[in-house]
Amino acid sequence: MRPFEALRLALMQIRAQKLKSGFALIGVFIGVAFLIGAWSIVNGMNTYMTEKFAGTLVGVNTFHLRRSPNVNFDVDDSTWRAWRRRPRIKFTDAEAVAANFTVPVITAWYSEDRGGVEYDGKVAKDITLEGTTERYFDIMNLKIESGRPFSAQESKAGAGVVVLGHDLADKLFGSTNPLDRTVRIHDFPYRVIGVVERQGNLLGISLDKFVVAPALSPIQREVNPPGVVDALIVKAQSPEAMQAAMDEAEATMRSRRHLRPRQENNFVMMTSEGVLEFWNKLSRILYAVGPGLVGVALVVGGIVIMNIMLMAVAERTREIGIRKSLGARRRDILRQFLAESVTIATIGAAFGIGAGIFLSVLLNAATPLPATVSPMSILLGVVVGGGVGVLAGVYPATRAARLDPIVALRQE
Amino acid sequence: MSRAQEFRTGDTPLPDVVILTHKLTRDYDMGSEIVRALRGVDVQIRRNEYVAVMGPSGSGKSTLMNLIGCLDTPTAGEYWLNGQKVSDLVDDELAHIRNKEIGFVFQTFNLLPRASALHNVELPLIYAGISARGRRERAAHALTRVGLGDRMDHKPNELSGGQRQRVAIARALVNDPSILLADEPTGNLDSTTSQEIMGVFGDLHHQGQTVVMVTHEADIAAHAARVVTLRDGLVATDQRKAA
Repeated sequence: MRPFEALRLALMQIRAQKLKSGFALIGVFIGVAFLIGAWSIVNGMNTYMTEKFAGTLVGVNTFHLRRSPNVNFDVDDSTWRAWRRRPRIKFTDAEAVAANFTVPVITAWYSEDRGGVEYDGKVAKDITLEGTTERYFDIMNLKIESGRPFSAQESKAGAGVVVLGHDLADKLFGSTNPLDRTVRIHDFPYRVIGVVERQGNLLGISLDKFVVAPALSPIQREVNPPGVVDALIVKAQSPEAMQAAMDEAEATMRSRRHLRPRQENNFVMMTSEGVLEFWNKLSRILYAVGPGLVGVALVVGGIVIMNIMLMAVAERTREIGIRKSLGARRRDILRQFLAESVTIATIGAAFGIGAGIFLSVLLNAATPLPATVSPMSILLGVVVGGGVGVLAGVYPATRAARLDPIVALRQE
Repeated sequence: MSRAQEFRTGDTPLPDVVILTHKLTRDYDMGSEIVRALRGVDVQIRRNEYVAVMGPSGSGKSTLMNLIGCLDTPTAGEYWLNGQKVSDLVDDELAHIRNKEIGFVFQTFNLLPRASALHNVELPLIYAGISARGRRERAAHALTRVGLGDRMDHKPNELSGGQRQRVAIARALVNDPSILLADEPTGNLDSTTSQEIMGVFGDLHHQGQTVVMVTHEADIAAHAARVVTLRDGLVATDQRKAA
């Protein structure tokens, strides 16, 4: 018998017994759907965390020189207290570090706090108040929708000007043009000179509720003690340049703080990788647990198929006898039943792939996670599905092939 | 009619002897005792003979039928089919012989219930490795030969008993076998239909087909030109009708 005939027979049999075949393939279906779905979700979260989350918080090829990390997930109390005891980053530190770079970089000061912004009697609460210098907009890639960012002169002079986040502008001004209007932050007036393009949201939190003012403007009183910044943001042109800049910044800071060689840094330089450390830990766990769950589903699926095939062999003993009497060899019968179980498993896998893709498309539409189905996972789904079919089919098919034709023909 | 060949172990049958058994023995080990179903059967059947094998139940005719049909292997003795010694072949080689040399017709028809008449007739050709188109042509031809050219797409349960047995005969003939081996072919049919099927067998015999038929009904055996009777695992009588 030609291999193609075995496939044709298998399809005929599956068509004739749709319900039974449907039940047989459910296990593999679920396993493969889970494989594709989970894989695409983890992949999507990966992309999201590396590109969006870390990119938004820190920026590409960028590091933040800070007193202590501001993004962390599990820190014990003593570490936390040690961080709090560290000296703050001063204006003078930031100036010195920026002045000592030999690598081409752009830098900005950055301080923030939360507070209210008022216009014409309306108050927007819980707004991120940011005190920065002029290159901040370039570093964070903030595009100005209308108006302009503040200039180097305004930054140096500490002019009372602000650039608004999109949501904040909408909330305070509605349809009126905010440019050249005056908003008040803790009773200090600031002239609105620009509005930043909409940034969207991150894990459901709006990224457009902020106001940016020059670090030396009166806002410095709201965000930090005198002469202190939260961070010096440094952006280089490449990962290598960033590394070099980090070395230079570290050297400058250590010498300014008179740290001896064995003393640890009492400041940090956060990169997007640092922010991602937690996520990497989590995704390692997911990558370890995921295959286990898929494996369980597939083993169950395999056992279901094996049982249904054993039942089929018992039910079709007479058919096997007839086929043998007409000249079917052992391998013909083996092939026929193996083809059946592989076909069932493969159909299950195919439906599973479809469901997995559907799941990831749904996820893409309903959540900000960019879930993508990797071709690798589809290939794996097919291979694993077919493999389960082979493993589950071997035993029943062998039993069928070994049947004695005389005994098989006698069966009612 | 020529005499049977004097056969000794080590000999080869004459070219026109299709079936030759020599001291054919088959024992069944039933655990507590050994049942000796065949105790040394010597039968020679020439090309284009029409032979009925008779005998009471327990005489060994089913065992002989299984051995002649290459569904079973003997405990001792030789079996030559169409010039080939098949008594010492293994499973898959016997399957090949069944496919090429033997056409079975069973009492219970043994058709695949879900498959059409045409597909049922195609089965032996599938295992012979014939292409799909070749199979269709030959199966359709075989069905036409037994008068079922207009029933090819019917399933067995849409056919009468006689028609089902005709499908089985078409299936038996589709590979041009050396022998047509029928096991109680009329056992499940009424007498009118039985006569009809016997008519088909007679026609096939006249067209040159070798036919071996196992039966316990004397009036059915009467259609054959030669009747071999078994008793207690041995050939009791072997009678030829005067032609």
